[in-house]
This record gives sequence, C-alpha cells and structure tokens, in this order.
Amino acid sequence: MVGGFLNSEQIIEVRGLTKKFGSLIAVNNLNLNVYRGDVFGFLGPNGAGKSTTIRMLLTLIKPTSGDIKIFGESLIGKREKILRKVGAIVEKPDFYLYLTAYKNLEILGKISGANTSNKKIMEMLELVGLDKRYKSKVKTFSHGMKQRLGLAQALLHDPELIILDEPTTGLDPQGMKEIRDLIIYLSKEKNKTVFLSSHILREVEIIASRMIIINKGTAQVEGTVDELLKSDRVKVTFEVNKIQEAMEIIEDVTWKERFKSSNKNEITLELSKEEIIKLNKSFIEKEISVSAIIPVHSLEDYFLKITEGGEK
Amino acid sequence: MITLTWIELQKMFKKWRTYIGFIAIGVLTLIVQVALYYTGEKYLKFEMRSLSDSFIFTGKLFNGYLVANLVLQGLFVHIPFLIVLVGGDLLAGEATAGTYRMLLTRPVSRLKVISAKFFAGIIYTSLLLFWLALISLGGSLLIFGGGELLVMKSKLIIFASNDILWRFAYAYAYASLSMATVMAYSFFFSSLVENAIGPIVATMALIIILLILSAIPVEFLQNLQPYFFTSHMIKWNGFFDDVVNYKDIFNSVWILLANIAGLFAITSAIFIKKDILS
Repeated sequence: MVGGFLNSEQIIEVRGLTKKFGSLIAVNNLNLNVYRGDVFGFLGPNGAGKSTTIRMLLTLIKPTSGDIKIFGESLIGKREKILRKVGAIVEKPDFYLYLTAYKNLEILGKISGANTSNKKIMEMLELVGLDKRYKSKVKTFSHGMKQRLGLAQALLHDPELIILDEPTTGLDPQGMKEIRDLIIYLSKEKNKTVFLSSHILREVEIIASRMIIINKGTAQVEGTVDELLKSDRVKVTFEVNKIQEAMEIIEDVTWKERFKSSNKNEITLELSKEEIIKLNKSFIEKEISVSAIIPVHSLEDYFLKITEGGEK
Repeated sequence: MITLTWIELQKMFKKWRTYIGFIAIGVLTLIVQVALYYTGEKYLKFEMRSLSDSFIFTGKLFNGYLVANLVLQGLFVHIPFLIVLVGGDLLAGEATAGTYRMLLTRPVSRLKVISAKFFAGIIYTSLLLFWLALISLGGSLLIFGGGELLVMKSKLIIFASNDILWRFAYAYAYASLSMATVMAYSFFFSSLVENAIGPIVATMALIIILLILSAIPVEFLQNLQPYFFTSHMIKWNGFFDDVVNYKDIFNSVWILLANIAGLFAITSAIFIKKDILS
C-alpha cells in the first residue's frame, strides 16, 4: 500500500455529483475527496457509475448537477488549466491505429503542450517497455501493449494527477505487476496523485491508500483502506496434516462458533489475532502439523458485503 | 490552432481513404483524356454536325481547354461522393475508433478541436479541386495543347485563347466553395453519429434528393429551387457564359457561405455539448 498519509491539500473534491441519462440515474449525489499523494481506489461493481464519474472528472460528459473541483478550482471554469496537469486512461486505451506508437505519443503530447522531443517520447516508451516497437503501427499491438501505451500517453506531459480507469485490464500477470509497480513508483518516488478505478480488488488493497466503494451510482463507504478493512476478527484457513484430530479440537465450544468451513486438510474459521495464536498452539500440542495459516479476509469480502448491502 | 489543424491534416493523410478521391479523379481524368485523344475529333464533329453546314470553323477547337471543360462538367457531379468519404469520417471516425477519449481529455477546448477538423476538411477539399485543376487543365494542355475554348450551352460560345484561363481559375475556385459546402454537410452529419457510414450516406442522399426535386418540372418545386444548396453548387458554369452574371454568382456565393457558416455553427454547438460515451 502506498501513500497512506493524509495531506490537507485536496486534489479532487466532488460534491453532490449526479448524472442522469433520461430516467436512468448513473451517478447519484456522489461526494468524494482525493488528497495530494493519495493512491485513491475507486471501487464498484459493473454499472456502478465508475466510468461515468471518471468521464465527468475529465469533462467528457457533463454532470446533471453537482460540483467538481480539481486542484482547488472549478472544472467548469478552468477546464484547460486543470487538464494540463491531468493524465488519464479512460476505459480501454484506443489510439490512432494507422499511426505508429511514436506518432501517437507525439500528436497527443503536442495537443497537451508537452515536451515532444525525441528523447522525451523515447523515455516514455522505455518506461512502459515499448521503446523497441516505437516504429510499429498501433494496429499491430496487443491489448496489453495498447494499455501500456495508454499509460505512456497519460504520463507524457508529466501530470500531477493521474486518472486510471481499469489500467490492468487485459494484461497478463507479469504485465499487471509491472503496471502496479509503476503506479507505486509514480506515487512514492514522483509524488503523483493517482485516482485508480479497478475491478481487481486485490489490486486496490495492495496499492491504494484511500478508497471509495460505489454501487448504483451512490457512494457506500469512503476512507483509508486500513480503516475500512479494520476488523477484530479475520477469516483464516489452517492447512493441517490431521483433519480428523483438528476437527475434534474445533468441536470444542470455544472454536465451534468461529468455525466456517472445512475440506480435505483445510479448516476455515473467523478468529481474532490472539485466537489464531491460541488455536495454532492447541494444534501443535496435539501434534497436528500446521503447514499454513492463510488469511482469507480481504477487500473482496468487504466489497461484497458493502455492495450486496447496497442492493438490499 | 495551426498546430491542431496540422495534426488533423497529418492524421487525415495517414489514412488510405483520403487518397481515394485523388486516385479516382486522377484515373477518371486520365481515362477521359485517353478516350478523347483517340476519338476527340470525331466527338467534336458529331457535336457540331448541325452547325458545320452553315459555318466554317477555323483554328484548333479540339484542345486542352475543351477537354478540361468536359472533364469538369463530367466529374463535378461525382466529386461530392469523394468529398464525403473524408468529411463524414472527420468526427464520426474518432467516435468509432474511441479516440475521442484521448483527444478530448487534452487541455484544449472542444471549439478548437472542431475548428481544426473543419479547417482540415476545407483544406482537403481545396487540395482535391486543385488536383482536379492540375491534371484536367494542366494535363490536358500538355497533351492537347492550347487554343480557343468552345463551350456548348444553349448557344455556342467560342472564347479567345487569352480570355480563358481566368474563367477556369474562377470556376475551380467556385467549385471548391461548392465542395466545401458538401464537406460542411457531411461534417454536420458526422457530429450526430458514431459511425462514418451514416454521414456519407446521409449527405449523398440529401444531394441526390435535392437534385431529383430540382429536376421535376412542377411549379412548386421549381419555386423551391433557390433554397436548395445544390442549385447554387453548379454556378461555376456561369464563368463560361459570354457575359458573366456576377450578381447571380455572388448571390450564390453568399448562399453557399451562409450554408457553410450555419452548418459549422450548428455542428460546433452539438459537438461542444455532446456527452462522449464512445
């Protein structure tokens, strides 16, 4: 997790943001705050209104009502000034397929008023691992390569705020890790503020400092990832060699009400940190080998709880 | 603005479809020139068969000017098809490709973006007409040589060789304006949809419908003709009258300019307010 500190300087301030498409309310009275240095996770199931919100933050669509301030200034009045300091990927990165990677960056950079020297463009392509393909037309690129080129175009003009909409979608595990590492690098080393929408909850859990969960266009919770995941009890799976003997211990009243499930050589329970130590000790005393204690409580559980709750 | 327009031109000329117009005009003009090279004298005799008994024609009437005039008359109706291929793609092409998301999140106003695209479209149209002038007039003069220009309208007009070039220059300039109007219509339709096929079909359908309505000899429709932009598109021909009716031509110029300006204003308003959902 990066960032993790609260700076008083608000980079994004959204108040009462609403977008209606006819009778459909895509975003409903959304409020959110992103602070300098944050890696802000923006979570929600499909159709929750994440992309609509991002499009409003980037002036691609106009809000029905509400106010967006970025860098302390209203997006309506200072659009161009604000966008000069914002880099973004909105949904899948689509480029001019008939142009080379280099030419795409040069064109988009020039429009942004960025330094489009050969050195700068090649630096960006190198950063995302596409420097050897700079002459290739984008139509020959895989989805993952386009995604990386998308990051390059978002970073070319050295923005202070980077808005990334599902940046690891379609990437292989190695590619996903590279992008995550890059986001961490940008936040930690370059002090960039990152607004990250993702459906990969683990991703947000790893790299975000603060987050919001939205469902059906409405904010469910907002806060630091630590705060939101804080719980006395966590779900853990014990991997043991003697399941029968282990289950006998679990039959004890102390553990029975904590028991969740079991299979083959695994037992899952909901325990506090102290209880994990205690149960592990009990297993060892009965000569039951514990080969692994795997926490299964995650943002995913939390997310499902929140969004299902929202649906109810 | 200049940078944006230059970028739009770069994008445009990296696309294969942009060259279709140039290739089509080049090939068609060449075919007409080759055909006239072999059968041109026969064609001229056939056209003038009713007059040859009463008049004696001297000099070289079958020449580059005549061929260029025939090419302009023959191709002018079809050039709109080539213009809309590019005009219809200017905005809708970005929507189809999803590149609006990249383009419109840049620190540049939508008005500047659409203006750059529009100017690029106008430059393309002018280049296409310049290309037509170059190969139909320039090429024909090289192949067939100069002379007097014979124009067959409701009457036969022969222009002296020193009274021709300026007529062609104005005719091509006027034709550029006519084609810019076609471009403006396709640009307008292009702002309404997210697929380039729609604007191409819509513009051509509009032109065809207006041409058909103009051709129907019913008083009501004839009265409507001055309001059809297609009626003013063909006024380039007026430069080949013995006495050029400048008042009529300028009236049409203003109408075409008003069409272009009006369409640009409406398209800009739509584009600026448009939610980008592609």
